[in-house]
Amino acid sequence: MTVRRAATASAMCGAFLLAGCSSNFGSNSSAQQDTKGKQSLTVMIGSSGDAETNAVKAAASAWAKQTGNTVTVVPAQNLDQQLGQALAGGKPPDIFYVGSSVFANYAKGNSLYAYGDQLSYKNDFSASLRNSFSYGNKFVCAPKDSSTLALAINTTMWKKAGLTEADYPKTWNDLEKVARKLTTKNVSGLVVDSSYNELGGFLKQSGGWITNTDQTKVTADSAANVNALTYVKKLLTEGALKFPKQVDAGWGGEALGTQKAAMTIEGNWLTGAMSTDYPSVGYKVVPLPKGPAGQGTLSFSTCWGIANKSAHHAADVSLVKAFTTAQQQLAFADAFGVLPSRDSALTTYKQKHPQDKVFADGTAYAQGPVTIPGFTKALTQFDSDLAGLATADPKKILSDLQTNGEQILKGGS
Amino acid sequence: MVIILGLFLVLPIGMALWVSLLHWDGQSNPFSGAADFVGLHNYADLSTSAGQDRQLFMTSVRNNLYYVLLVVPLQTALSLGLAIAVNSRRIKGKGFFRTVFYFPSVTSSIAISTVFLFLFQGSGAVNALLKWVGITGPKWFTDAHGLVWSLLGLLGVVDPDKPVAALAAHGFLGLSWWDWLSGPSIAMCTIIVLAVWTTSGTYMLIFLAALQDVPVELEEAALLDGANRWQSFRNVTLPALRPVLFLVITLGLIGTWQVFDAVYVMSQGAPANTTLTPAYLSYTAGFQDADYGRAAAIAFILLAIILAMTIVQRVLLRDRDEPTTRTRFLRRRTS
Repeated sequence: MTVRRAATASAMCGAFLLAGCSSNFGSNSSAQQDTKGKQSLTVMIGSSGDAETNAVKAAASAWAKQTGNTVTVVPAQNLDQQLGQALAGGKPPDIFYVGSSVFANYAKGNSLYAYGDQLSYKNDFSASLRNSFSYGNKFVCAPKDSSTLALAINTTMWKKAGLTEADYPKTWNDLEKVARKLTTKNVSGLVVDSSYNELGGFLKQSGGWITNTDQTKVTADSAANVNALTYVKKLLTEGALKFPKQVDAGWGGEALGTQKAAMTIEGNWLTGAMSTDYPSVGYKVVPLPKGPAGQGTLSFSTCWGIANKSAHHAADVSLVKAFTTAQQQLAFADAFGVLPSRDSALTTYKQKHPQDKVFADGTAYAQGPVTIPGFTKALTQFDSDLAGLATADPKKILSDLQTNGEQILKGGS
Repeated sequence: MVIILGLFLVLPIGMALWVSLLHWDGQSNPFSGAADFVGLHNYADLSTSAGQDRQLFMTSVRNNLYYVLLVVPLQTALSLGLAIAVNSRRIKGKGFFRTVFYFPSVTSSIAISTVFLFLFQGSGAVNALLKWVGITGPKWFTDAHGLVWSLLGLLGVVDPDKPVAALAAHGFLGLSWWDWLSGPSIAMCTIIVLAVWTTSGTYMLIFLAALQDVPVELEEAALLDGANRWQSFRNVTLPALRPVLFLVITLGLIGTWQVFDAVYVMSQGAPANTTLTPAYLSYTAGFQDADYGRAAAIAFILLAIILAMTIVQRVLLRDRDEPTTRTRFLRRRTS
């Protein structure tokens, strides 16, 4: 008797909860739009620090004052995880940062409102950036800013080694030569993160890349890529190149700042870290050296995603427009050292920040990240393999990436 | 009671089980039919069909297996040793030692992991200490070599960098025998040391409580009968501790198969996936790859492993118990 009563109770409780759940999870389509005069929006950001949080808050409250709406800016501790939970729960923030690694997953899951084509100034974003945030021939979301890779050199060590400005490396051979020259007992000539995000520049300079241009084929095991990794491996075995962990640093910038590295390859986020953490270390940023196939660098970006389930699409787009005016982009650039994503703003930026011109110039020929849904796990494995490059076979690493990547493309997962 | 159990236990488990049968990207309602039902596909990807998913999962199982095989005996022995030391009637300042030994257990594991990161840096305190006695320490967190091959390498039997062809060519469930037999990596060893150090305090308390329940008269009687300290410990104290031993080993098994926080803070699976554990893999499958179905499937396989291990352990501890009582009983009848 008691057993049966218990069973009924739990069944009822289950039914009740399921009903509760399904109303929470909601449907997949766009939400019913709110047409009230005053609306309240939530913006979730994955902030690089207080400078970024405060700049976004200031821009949001200026817009709120102007339009009479209210905006709450939430800096996330772990954006991917918090967004994952919010999307699964059916109540995502109205506007949020979407990194290129998760962009394809969100776009495929129909979580993003594709508003890019509504922007009158959409052609002011470079083609590479628009490509990075397009899905199914639709320009989904506006790039927030951009970053590219360049070579940073410790000027004091450079002089000490008897090198001049004329010696700034132009080719792979130059790079190898100076890296060996700069390597001493306590200093590594070149320290670069073992991630494809930093080493990927070599693939590009060699004429290869992980996928073809429209990301319909994996081209990881191409001869050009093998060539690039063989070159990197050579630098590693000569001791001219080291990974940050080998010199007890967290990333290339830390190695440069703590003077364990004479050179590093990093993006323009380096500028902010150097000026706040290591203001006394003098360094110079130069373009990445050319490989057999010429110049190559990588670009990174985040976009302003608008949730499909947001009930305030009109207000959301208006706020994103306010965030992406050329003037506001320059204000963000000043506040936390990112490159504007709009070409018109970039021209002004180069004049205002001549020391970051190298990064800005890189956007013209930079390779955007891979944005195939589910591809992150292949890239995570690639990063893990790259960390062991010194004792591994470049061909094997690339053919593993090829196999894993093809499996993802084929499975559509 | 039923409502609470249903709400917090049965329902979430049922939901997770359902999710493990779906291909769900976490952006729709998994109970509305929007996510594809794929049956046992997620489980097959992890076990029978070759590919990256299976390779990663089997690597994580291998890592965790060696972790369990080292941590559980070490922490049980260490905590029992500490408990006996603190329980000794001759020692002074028992309260002080009890607190000191228990200290690592009350400290946040995130904080301890961070401290260990600094201790085991290439130029950290541990390597400085090793250098002092003339040993060049390894680069702890970047050394992916297996302990077994490294030790055999020191003896000159194998070269850790060059897998033996016979072992590397053949494999089982997507991993070569060379990989299966490699033992924990040097990086994993630091996490093992951390786990033993932080958990032994808690288990010491459990052992201590049990030791204080062992009647002093029994031990004294054994000593009077001419047993030495070891014999009295082996034949009087240890049998009295058997239920508690079972408890500690069970808790240890469950805790070690679920290791996550130390991996999350210290290594995120690096180097070369040798510190990847199923719990951490489940996390990345869900929140990085947005493949919640696979994440849930990993969690259920982990549950099955824990249950199987606990049952095996129970049978082992019970089997040793029963024959001895039976023989004693027989002996008593015949005499």
